[in-house]
Amino acid sequence: MTSSRLTDSQRVVVTGLGATTPLGGDVASTWSAMLAGQSGVKVLTEDWVEMLPVHIAAPVAVEPSEILPVPQIKRMDRSGQFALIAAREAWADAGAPEDEPERVGVVIASGIGGVTTLLAAYDTLKERGARRVLPMTVPMLMPNGPAAIVGLELRARAGVHTPVSACSSGAEAIAYAVDMIRSGRADVVTAGGTEAAIHPLPLAGFAAMQALSTRNDEPERASRPYDKGRDGFVLGEGAGIVVLETLEHARARGARIYAEVAGTGISSDAHHMAQPDPVGAGASRAMMQAVQSAGAQPSDVVHINAHATSTPIGDVAEVQAIRRALGDATDGACVSSTKGVTGHLLGAAGAVEAIATILALRDRKAPPTANLEDPDDDVTLDVVRGEPRVLPDGDVLAMNNSFGFGGHNVALAFRAVPA
Amino acid sequence: MAASEQEILAGLAEIVNEETGIPTGDVQQDKSFTDDLDIDSLSMMTIVVNAEEKFGVRIPDDDVKGLSTVGDAVTYIQKASA
Repeated sequence: MTSSRLTDSQRVVVTGLGATTPLGGDVASTWSAMLAGQSGVKVLTEDWVEMLPVHIAAPVAVEPSEILPVPQIKRMDRSGQFALIAAREAWADAGAPEDEPERVGVVIASGIGGVTTLLAAYDTLKERGARRVLPMTVPMLMPNGPAAIVGLELRARAGVHTPVSACSSGAEAIAYAVDMIRSGRADVVTAGGTEAAIHPLPLAGFAAMQALSTRNDEPERASRPYDKGRDGFVLGEGAGIVVLETLEHARARGARIYAEVAGTGISSDAHHMAQPDPVGAGASRAMMQAVQSAGAQPSDVVHINAHATSTPIGDVAEVQAIRRALGDATDGACVSSTKGVTGHLLGAAGAVEAIATILALRDRKAPPTANLEDPDDDVTLDVVRGEPRVLPDGDVLAMNNSFGFGGHNVALAFRAVPA
Repeated sequence: MAASEQEILAGLAEIVNEETGIPTGDVQQDKSFTDDLDIDSLSMMTIVVNAEEKFGVRIPDDDVKGLSTVGDAVTYIQKASA
């Protein structure tokens, strides 16, 4: 395997994980719920739900107000709160690596940005006038706000960035962070995605696209990737953050290493604003790039945490893309979609699912795809359902796919690093 | 009936606490908003707007600049609401 063609100062490893999701307020609770197939989808109780066709979503399991002090909460969009909570967990998990601030970076993505702040501020403007609009409104609503919050917290001065590529944003942040380290701009980069868009406007917009499940009376069964009965995704919220550093840096400080980000692949479809390329050409190129840049073969891929959001078109398009990318080796990879339990975290999805992919590799255990009862005939993949699947030992790859409106495709390939 | 000086101070301390987390007991007449309480201009504007609402007064932006201590603000609000 040609990660050896890279030096230890170019190989990028994961040393810290952090998350706040619909399944739990941290990585451990999120991962155990994923393995157990416990859903985080709920019926929303807000008054505004009645005006929408969709009454369900996957809110975070632990409210930020239970963790952060009120003055801090009031100065951050909800997406920034999630990012700060997850970043603190990831940073502590990595052993709070000490480095010059000029060598520390942050890349935290969001699909939609501070949409709840924006819309609440507009309500305030209309109802109470310009003077009541909070002075922190703009810093709170800007999509780079969460990255900036984490950058301030970690005193990161090598650069603070925010890729925006809809539902692939979180994965793109990790790919960007890898590039940032490999190009020599930073030694340690905290990267991931955050999203807080459970608000009537985004819900109405996605519902207008017919992208959302309306299985309102069965919230826990609504997100059902690959199942014949799937009728759209369930909007989730939360954040996933990882700490990345060079193998050299991690070993020098004796850090615990979860996995190597062995390969990354990014492509774009130039096909349609909101629909996947039906043969998955762009998505498959991203996957092939990820495998190739890992110096690996398709047959090395033993597990894929798929993008599969539970939409009728998207899930099948990804099947085509995986087959196109892995060819004859497709059947050697077991596929999971953890969105069956988390819902779709948009710009945080890629990062939360990267964490699930890393932990699947660590535990050699692929999580089940919840609610897959009657697989779609066009889903010609080995999808994990029911119980977690044991993954083979050895020098194998686990891959995470993320795709976004606009035709964005990102694939990340992880590999275990021998001690 | 207009609020007393003590009532204004207590109300202002609550607003400052809610915005910044500074304990209400630390918000005293002789404290400077910037030098002692370390309140930045963005927080100051939020405090002013919340004080306007609470005490039913209007504090124009030009006048805010003259309110360097908590006592200045208490006196201003007391006069404006008299």
